[in-house]
Amino acid sequence: MLTANRLLDGEVVYWQGGDWQPDFAAAEIFDEAEAAKAALDAAQAFVRDNKVVGTYLFEVRKEANGVAPVKEREIIRSLGPSVRRDMGKQALMPVPPAAAKPVHETSPPPPYPEEPDVSI
Amino acid sequence: MYRYDEFDAKMVRERAQQFRYQVERRIKGELTEDEFKPLRLKNGLYLQLHSYMLRVAVPYGTLSARQMRQLARIARDYSRGYGHFTTRTNMQYHWPKLSEVPDILELLADVEMHCIQTSGNCVRNVTADHFAGAVAGELEDPRPICEIIRQWSSFHPEFNYLPRKFKIAVSATKEDRAAVKYHDIGMEVITNEAGETGYRVFVGGGMGRTPYVALEIGKFVGKEDILAYLEAILRVYNEYGRRDNIHKARVKILAHQLGADEFRRQVEVEFAEIKRHGTLHLPPEELKRIEAYFAPPAFEDLPETAPEFEAAVKADAGFAAWTRSNLTPHKAKGYAIATISLKTIGQTPGDASAEQMDGLAQIMEDFGFAEIRVSHEQNLVFPHVRKKDLPAVYARLQALDLGAANAGLITDIICCPGLDYCDLANARSIPVAMKLQERFADLERQHELGEIKIKMSGCINACGHHHAGHIGILGVDKKGVEFYQIQLGGSGAEDASVGEIMGPGFGKDEIVDAVERVVETYVALRAPGERLLETYRRVGMTPFKNAAYQEQMYAAY
Ligand code: SF4
Repeated sequence: MLTANRLLDGEVVYWQGGDWQPDFAAAEIFDEAEAAKAALDAAQAFVRDNKVVGTYLFEVRKEANGVAPVKEREIIRSLGPSVRRDMGKQALMPVPPAAAKPVHETSPPPPYPEEPDVSI
Repeated sequence: MYRYDEFDAKMVRERAQQFRYQVERRIKGELTEDEFKPLRLKNGLYLQLHSYMLRVAVPYGTLSARQMRQLARIARDYSRGYGHFTTRTNMQYHWPKLSEVPDILELLADVEMHCIQTSGNCVRNVTADHFAGAVAGELEDPRPICEIIRQWSSFHPEFNYLPRKFKIAVSATKEDRAAVKYHDIGMEVITNEAGETGYRVFVGGGMGRTPYVALEIGKFVGKEDILAYLEAILRVYNEYGRRDNIHKARVKILAHQLGADEFRRQVEVEFAEIKRHGTLHLPPEELKRIEAYFAPPAFEDLPETAPEFEAAVKADAGFAAWTRSNLTPHKAKGYAIATISLKTIGQTPGDASAEQMDGLAQIMEDFGFAEIRVSHEQNLVFPHVRKKDLPAVYARLQALDLGAANAGLITDIICCPGLDYCDLANARSIPVAMKLQERFADLERQHELGEIKIKMSGCINACGHHHAGHIGILGVDKKGVEFYQIQLGGSGAEDASVGEIMGPGFGKDEIVDAVERVVETYVALRAPGERLLETYRRVGMTPFKNAAYQEQMYAAY
């Protein structure tokens, strides 16, 4: 997906059909790197036009109940602070994510990054 | 409190006006983001994950009721009803709109506040002991010199483009509550053999990627010379600091590379040069003039304690617990220093709602408190409370949900905003801090554990001072998933030390258990009267590490 922040208020926005909109669920998914790159290029017009800042692509993965960003950072950007469910995009959602299953908790617990030192 | 003179007022107004024009030009498209970004950063305005973030300076952590009310108003009207007090004793608003920031700056200027030099590679907000002017055993109030440094460093043309940001803190007691040895320059007010008051000057402390405890550079610098001495340090840094590598650009790298002796020698050369020209001499009359602003209130002649206070301690267990952890002895009889914990269980550490800020201002007005302080531990302080007023003040704090009896205890956690807000973060820190607070919520247990400082950062920039935590926690990112490293044995106090990393990180569902196992190990090993920090220093990492990784060790077999 392609994302940026809106210049005027900093709101997180996503690319959809040649324009920006604030809803993660409605964002365009690029399966091909080339299409993603083309969108990123096209998006620069909005940067020059002083509508958005900080455009970049990020990864999502398909899950049973929809699409979720791979990285925690993008999950939080798509919802709002996880410690204030009344703030950010999540506050406007019909089913608050606290009640729905938060996407990032559906993935299995990650393995430990390194073997702990068991020699002691 | 310090009051702006006409120069201060004019300077701050002009800056707000300039920024209004700059924002207008940005919105019209006359400035690109690349051109605008350095301008907005010079006014404390960042772009973070969900929105802009505005950082307001609270010089040496001192606020009046009027200023607190204004902060509440700005939170309510421009930032969704709350703000966040930081480890630099500043206030951060997480939700302002770009187009509204000039209005916020005007509102701040109305109460003699601003966002100047809260970001960028310049001298930042100078911090001081939050008990300044109130605590017993203080040589003098450190804030007048902080104010003088503020005036000297604000818009200082030579130091507006330093290699990196620059932070100064001042303390005036043997106990260091301002973490002076973790600052670019830390100053301790001392007296020399002749009985004169001056400063011991430390240089090159810092957190971040390469943590260092500062080196002693100036053993005793006289008052009239202090600005010249600071200028000499900044000159050496400005000239030789590593501008080629952002990770090596802080003065700590330069100072530790040169070593204390060579760094001191270079400073002395510059210092002699400045003195020879006779500039930057701080006249005693000027110091006196500034000191007058910080004169303490006229203390009443009160008995040591008050019957109202004693009765409330007996009658109300909650109040009794609060007095145990949140009061500090005052230099005047019959008074106390009261710490207002912003670590109520279940709330984001350091956050305050507009209602709470207004409520605090109301308490100040009702009880005649001229000031409130912000501490680098993300708490607030009423510095001069009559003991007889304490039960009533406590009741009012309770009503605001600000009566947590945990100052200095394990749930009084320093915590940066982390990945819930911060663009630079690797992992969230607030939810972990909140879970730890829940785990250790039992007050009896907290008091029994004694002073344990947990400090937590969401990335290596260490805004949450994790290197200086008795237990430090650092959020790391492993392929987009959050992990948490534990460090033990850090201290930001007079016994400053950098914490030692325990080993690989714990997952977000394991970190709280791991910390609890560390704490239980302390309980099992401690000698009578020993704090966790001291037990760790005595026995070392091994027993704590074995305990913390226990379950992972089983999992590995
Ligand atoms: S420590 Fe890192 S995550 Fe935390 S506030 Fe600082 S920069 Fe952000």
